[in-house]
This record gives sequence, structure tokens and C-alpha cells, in this order.
Amino acid sequence: MTPEIALLLAQDGISTGAIYVLVALGIVLVFLVTRVIFVPFGDVVGYSALTLAALQLRQMPGTVWLVLTLAALATVMEVYGLARRGQTHRVPKALLLYAVLPTIPAALIWLAAGRDLPMWVGIALTLAIIMPISPLLYRIAFRPLADASVLVLLIIAVAVHFAMSGLALLYFGPEGFRSEPIMRVLFELGPVTVSGQSILIVASSAIFSFLLFLFFERTLTGKALRATAVNRVGARLVGIFPSTTGATAFLLASALAAICGILIGPVTTLYYDSGFLIGLKAFVGAIIGGLVSYPAAAVGAIFVGLLESYAAFWDSALKEVFVFGALIPILIWQSFVLGNGIEEEIEEEEREGAA
Amino acid sequence: MRWRSHIPLGLAIAFIVVAPALFGSFTITLMNYIGIYAFAALGLVLLTGVGGLTSFGQAAFVGIGAYATAWYTAVQGGSPWIGLLLALLFTGLVATVLGAATLRLGGHFLPLSTIAWGIAIFFLFGNIDAIGRYSGLSGIPAISIGPISLGGNIAMYCFIWGLLGIVMLLCRNLLDSRKGRAIRSLRGGIAMVESLEIDFFRMRLAIFVLAGLLAGLSGWLYAHMQRYVSPAPFDLRPGIELLLMALVGGAGHIAGAVVGAAIITLLKNVLQDVLPVFTRYSAQLEIVVFGVLFIVLLQKARAGIVPMISRYLPLPRLTLPEEAHPLARRARPTVSGRPVLTIQGATKRFGALAAVNDVSFEVKSGEVLGLIGPNGAGKTTLLNLITGTARPNAGQILFLDDDMTRLPPRHIAAKGVSRTFQHVKLRPNMTLLDNVLLGTYSRTRSGFLAGAIRLDRDEEKSAQFEALQQLKRVGLGEKAGELAGNLPLGQQRLLEVARALAADPVVVILDEPAAGLRRLEKQILSDLLRTLRNEGMTIVLVEHDMEFVMNLVDRIVVMDFGAKLAEGLPAEIRADARVQEAYLGGVA
Repeated sequence: MTPEIALLLAQDGISTGAIYVLVALGIVLVFLVTRVIFVPFGDVVGYSALTLAALQLRQMPGTVWLVLTLAALATVMEVYGLARRGQTHRVPKALLLYAVLPTIPAALIWLAAGRDLPMWVGIALTLAIIMPISPLLYRIAFRPLADASVLVLLIIAVAVHFAMSGLALLYFGPEGFRSEPIMRVLFELGPVTVSGQSILIVASSAIFSFLLFLFFERTLTGKALRATAVNRVGARLVGIFPSTTGATAFLLASALAAICGILIGPVTTLYYDSGFLIGLKAFVGAIIGGLVSYPAAAVGAIFVGLLESYAAFWDSALKEVFVFGALIPILIWQSFVLGNGIEEEIEEEEREGAA
Repeated sequence: MRWRSHIPLGLAIAFIVVAPALFGSFTITLMNYIGIYAFAALGLVLLTGVGGLTSFGQAAFVGIGAYATAWYTAVQGGSPWIGLLLALLFTGLVATVLGAATLRLGGHFLPLSTIAWGIAIFFLFGNIDAIGRYSGLSGIPAISIGPISLGGNIAMYCFIWGLLGIVMLLCRNLLDSRKGRAIRSLRGGIAMVESLEIDFFRMRLAIFVLAGLLAGLSGWLYAHMQRYVSPAPFDLRPGIELLLMALVGGAGHIAGAVVGAAIITLLKNVLQDVLPVFTRYSAQLEIVVFGVLFIVLLQKARAGIVPMISRYLPLPRLTLPEEAHPLARRARPTVSGRPVLTIQGATKRFGALAAVNDVSFEVKSGEVLGLIGPNGAGKTTLLNLITGTARPNAGQILFLDDDMTRLPPRHIAAKGVSRTFQHVKLRPNMTLLDNVLLGTYSRTRSGFLAGAIRLDRDEEKSAQFEALQQLKRVGLGEKAGELAGNLPLGQQRLLEVARALAADPVVVILDEPAAGLRRLEKQILSDLLRTLRNEGMTIVLVEHDMEFVMNLVDRIVVMDFGAKLAEGLPAEIRADARVQEAYLGGVA
């Protein structure tokens, strides 16, 4: 390996790593606030990239049907739940949140699809249609079990992933897509050429990480999310609704996923199931931070990007094996570092099936 | 009445026996697959339903077993029986490494890493030349037992279901043994488990490896029935299908593995007929259906199908030993009045708050020491320091002459320190007897194998006898067969006392044992504690009921704001002005 190649691989690794950073932050965010290990995060990234690509190809993205189905399900569940508790006065608001709001971007895309759209319109529409996906999934799949153990929530998350990726094949077919680059310029940096898209990715990753930091530090909603993460019961006692913070966390995650998809779409050819692998690699990064630390998750994600890049150079077929195999030494290391501090977390009373 | 509880099992066995005569080759092949999946699902039942862990990579373990024997028999030309050994060896080894890496961490790290590892192994299988890359290995021979070849459909059927029956019986025996009870106790937290001298980590590792071995066995059968292996059936997706089988059937029940395997396999079969009518991507739609099914199942019927059926069957009656060879007792200090526990300058800080601040006292052999103080005085934290649940920032704690300041809880328990918990820690889904039997874990020796093949019956009988005696002592002997979760809180506390006593402790530490007890129950408890003292037991008692404490204890230590406020005889403490002030906020 020559220094030039090493640099090239590093550049490639950092720009993929920057994507993983955003995904990893979203995963940690959702986990801390809701205890859901959001395995389908990657699928949402995939939906985002494929939606943008489909719009650019002047096709109607299947995401519209996904969002409409999810919205219908969530609306039925919410209205039924409200009616059963006799809180019919809250039905209009529920209809607005679960039926009307998600339908707006779906309707816009339905109108816009098939036309030649400027880049920014495509991006805006993609963002708008991806945003409702995760909160709706939360309402349908996770919220009814909000008090279940992390393990049960994780199993649900994996089931949601399979449903999502199966549907993605139905909507987008088995072909690969690549969206048009947002920036076409190339920069000469010494011996390496850096694409504008990579710079855009790294810059966006840094900006959105910083915005997330500001959100947590400076806004009341952000602080409510942090409070829920630290102590669920305590947060409830001071008037923070776990279901609201949960929905907010999923909304943020959706936004991050949409951004990731828009950024990564032009870099590689993506298939209906590519998102899952992206999400899973980000998971490896997040696990380096023990799933609880944002900065460590970010560092871990960059590390995974670099590892993948160098592994791909060495043997491209086995790069997944390297990345996922790296998890084992990471976990062993964590066992030694955290081994004793984690005991309380294991303390989870479960009384299911006691009937 | 008892025979009625065996009706479903009898019917199932009868069905399996006559099936070859009733059905054609297609159905028998389908049943062979059900049997093979049931092995792997059984592993997940033990892991998920019983042990409270989950793996999404069970199919990957099946794959390791299948590939191990496929490589050895098809490429190397070896015997399938050696292939079986290799299959078990490899799955056991991988499970050990993976488990050792993740099982000390929180419960979700294992399943997460199994996702990653399930994917990694799929790519690995698909990229190794020696095992045929993505096109796989063919030419795997059939298993033969002596001269009998199991190449035919029916022969394989008999072998698979016969073996499955044996393995299920062994698993049932295991769960009903000493180690099995320890496994069943894993679910619900580490504190209780370790206080009973059970090694939480090693027990979790054991169950994970056992699940892996069952998957390896499944893979071995799969390879020699299919006679061909490729990476696809060992991906993440079949892994989640296996988990679905375990959960549909009823993850807490051994029979759930077979029921679940049958339901999911048949459902898949139906879907494969129906879905292509609607879409050309039927395989993908199938997983959508399974995903949705999974979510609905977990939201609406998390216990699975077997418990729904078994609810209508009478509980098998408990046969309890009338008499048995007693379990060996622990050596205990003979001189009354010698310090058994010495606490020297114990300090525990949580950030700036000193929950326990420089507390020193002794607990003498054969005495009942009352530890009292207002709420938040640090009593429970102090007990946690003594029992090893929390580690002190400073100070020393001695048992007789041994320093046990930094020992983990199970080593402290091993010295003969038993405890109950302020927030009751029982296993609500186990019977009273089983809960107390957990207490005898430290006094018994039977291992996994002895439990599975029932070599442990003598010891088990002694342990049951002992547990029953302790239950009778606390007044719960009549309810031995009931589920602990059905007891009122007060009696749950008494059950904890019985469990602590079953360990034959030198010192027993009781954290508010009388809270929530009715008058009569308090009387039983106080009589019991007196009897125990007369037998030479040392007792540390934290309690808020002053009447209960004053009538019972020999000496009292009073704590307030983390520090020791006073120490002395009950009458002295009652007269102490500082104690009165701490409790009443100043003497009127």
C-alpha cells in the first residue's frame, strides 16, 4: 500500500464514517430516550436515498404508500385507544398528528412525481416524506410496549426491520439506485483528489452533530429528552410525558436518517436492503460508546468507516466480516472497562406470562 | 386427576408415532424439517424464555454445525459421527467466545452482537473456497447407524423425532434440577442470583453454549438430511424465524419449541403457496408477514401458545419427600460471643453524599443485632456493603478473621452470610418450593449432566426435604406448590427468610422482614428468630417496627444520616436522648 492509496482510503473512510456518525448519533439518541434499539434506522436511511433517486428518475417513490399505510394504522390505533379511554375530545388533535400531517408530504410527492424537479425540491420532498416514518413506527410498534424490557423492544425492532426491508423490495424492486451528486466539484489536496460530495458529507455531519448538541444543551425540549434518558420515572414526575419525548426522539432520528440517505445516495449504488448494513455498521460504532455516549459513538463511527475502507482494499468480499468481526474485541474490551458498572442495568424485573 | 395433565403429550407422541403410516412423503419431509428446526428453537426456548437472553444468530450456529459436518464428510470423506463431534465442538467454541465477550455486559449486547455476527458468518461462508463459496457444498453422505442407512425419508423421520424426544426429556430433567433452577432464576436480576452463591455470568454463559450446541445438532441433522448446504439458510432472516418459533410456541416451555416450529413451518408453507398469486416478490412479502406477526404476537400474546393450552390443564401434583438424608451443615463458630462480622470505618459515598460514613461495630456470634434508624439513614446501603452488593469507598469488613471487603456477593454468600432484600427479590413464576430450593444451591453439588440424566435424585430429595422444612418453619409449608408471585407481599418476605435459611447460614441478614406482615405472621417470624438464636444463629435485623425489634434483639445499633448514632442494649437505646431526637425531632 502506497501512502497515496492510504490517504485515498482514509479520505474514503472518513466520508463514509461521517455518515455513520449521524446514524450512530440517532441510534444512541433513540436508545437513551426510549430504550428502543432502533435496528430499522438503516432501513429509513435506505428509504430516504431510494426516494430521492426515484424522484430524480421521475418515478413515484413507494415511500408514499409506506407513509400512508403507517399513518392509517397509527390513526386507527390512536383513535381506538382514545375512544376506549373515553377521551374523544382529543380525537381531532390525534387526527391532525397521525392522519393529516403525514398525508401532506405524500400528497405533495404524488403531485410532483413524474416532473423534472430542481435538486433542492427533490431533497425537501424526500426530507418531508421520511420525517413521519420513524414516529409512526414508534406509535404502531413500540409505544404499546413502552414498559417492556430492552430485550422485547429489541426483538420488535428486528421484526420492524424485516417488515420494512421486505416492503422496500416491493416498492423499489431489486435494482440498485444512485442519485445525482449534490456537488460535482473536485478538489486537489496534495496527492489526493477530494470530491465535493465527500466534503459536503463531512461538513453536514459536523454541522448536524453540532446542532444536535445545541438542541440538547439550549432548548427545553432537548433538556426534556435528556431528563427522560437519565430517569424515566423522575421525568414523568416533573411533567414530561415519556410518549411525547419518545415521539420527539424518533422524529429527530427520522430527520437524521433522511439526511444520511440524501448524502449517501450519490456516493454508492444502493439497493432496497443496503440501508440495513449501513445502520448495522453505525451500530458497531455506537457500541464502541456503549450505546450511551454521543461523542464516543461518533468516534466509533469514524473508526468503523476507516476500518471498512482499509478492509475493502485488502479483500472487498470480506469487508463486512472485518467490520462485524471487530465487534468481538470491542465488546471484550468493554467487558473489562464497564464490566462492573453495568450490573444495575441487568436488573430488569419481568413479570410477563405470569397469568 | 393427574393423568389428565398428560393428555396433550400422549396425543402428540401418538400422532408422531403413527404419522409415517398416515402421510405421504411430502408431509414426512415437512415434519423432518419441523423436527430439525425444533432442536434450534429449543435452544432459543432455553436461552430466551428460561434464561432471559436472546440470540438472533441461532441460524448462524445451525450453519456452523452444518458446515462443520459437511466439510468433514463431503470434502474430507469422513464419518458423519465424527462430523457430529466437530459440529458440536465448533458451535460450542464459538458460543463460548461470543458469550464470554458479551455476557458481562447489559442484556442487549448479546443479541446485538448476534445480529452482527449472524451477518458476518453469512459473508464468511460465502467467501471461503474450501466450502464452496456461495454455491455451497454438495455430496454430503447420509447418516448410518451400523448397517442401517438413514438415507430414506422415513428412517430419517424416526431418527430425528426419536432424538428430539430424548433431547427434550434431558432438557426437562435439567430444568428440574439444581443447575436448571439456577438458570430459571437468571431472569429478573443479578442481585438475588449472586446472593445465593450462583455465578450469574457463568450460568448465562452455560445456557448460551447449551443453546449453541442444540443449534449445532440441528445443523448436523440438516446437512445430512438435505445432503447439501449453502450459506442462505443460515443468514439473519432464518435466525429471526427460529426466534419467532420459540416465541410463538411459548418461550418458557420446552414443548413450545415443537409447537412453534410446527406452526411457523406450516405457515411458511401456506404463504409460499398463496403469496405468489399476489406478487413476484413473494419471499420478501413472506418476511413482511412474519415481521407483522411478530409485532402483534409480542404486543398481544407474549407468553405464546403452550401456556394458553396448559392453563386449562390441572397442575401436576407435587410429590414431596416425607423424609430424606439431611444435607450437610456448615461448620460454625463454637464460642458464643465471638465477633462474626466486624465492620471497621465503613464508608460509602454516592457523589457528595456519604450514605454510610465511617461506621464501625461488631456482630457477635449467636446474638440478634437490631440495626435501626430513620428512613434514609443508610441502613440498606450498609447491608449492601456487608453482602458485597456495593463496594465501600473506605473501611474494612471482616467475617470471623477473613477480610471480605472487596469480595463479590457470591463469595461472601459462600462464607455463610445469607440475606433477604428490602424490595423482595423472588422468582414469581417459580413455586415456593423452587424458590427455597434456590437457597440450597450452595449446599448441593449436582452438575448439568447429573441433572439431565437424573443422577441427582438422592441429593435432590435431600434438598427438597430441607426446603420443605424451612417453608414449614415460616408457616408456608402448605403452599409449597403454589407460585411465589401469587403470595401477598408479607408472605413473600417470609419466603425470602425461608430461602435464606435453606442456605444454612452462619449469619442471616434480614432487611425489614416484618414490613407488611399481619399480626399473626409477625408472631410466627419473631418466634422463628428466637428459635434460630437459641440454635446459635447470628442475626442482623433491620426493622422499623420498634415493638418487634425491642422484644427480640440483644443489642441495637442506631444509624442517622449515614453515621452510627448509638449502640447498646434495647433499654439503653430507648433512653438515649440523641436517638429520641433523631426519631421524634427533639424531645418535647
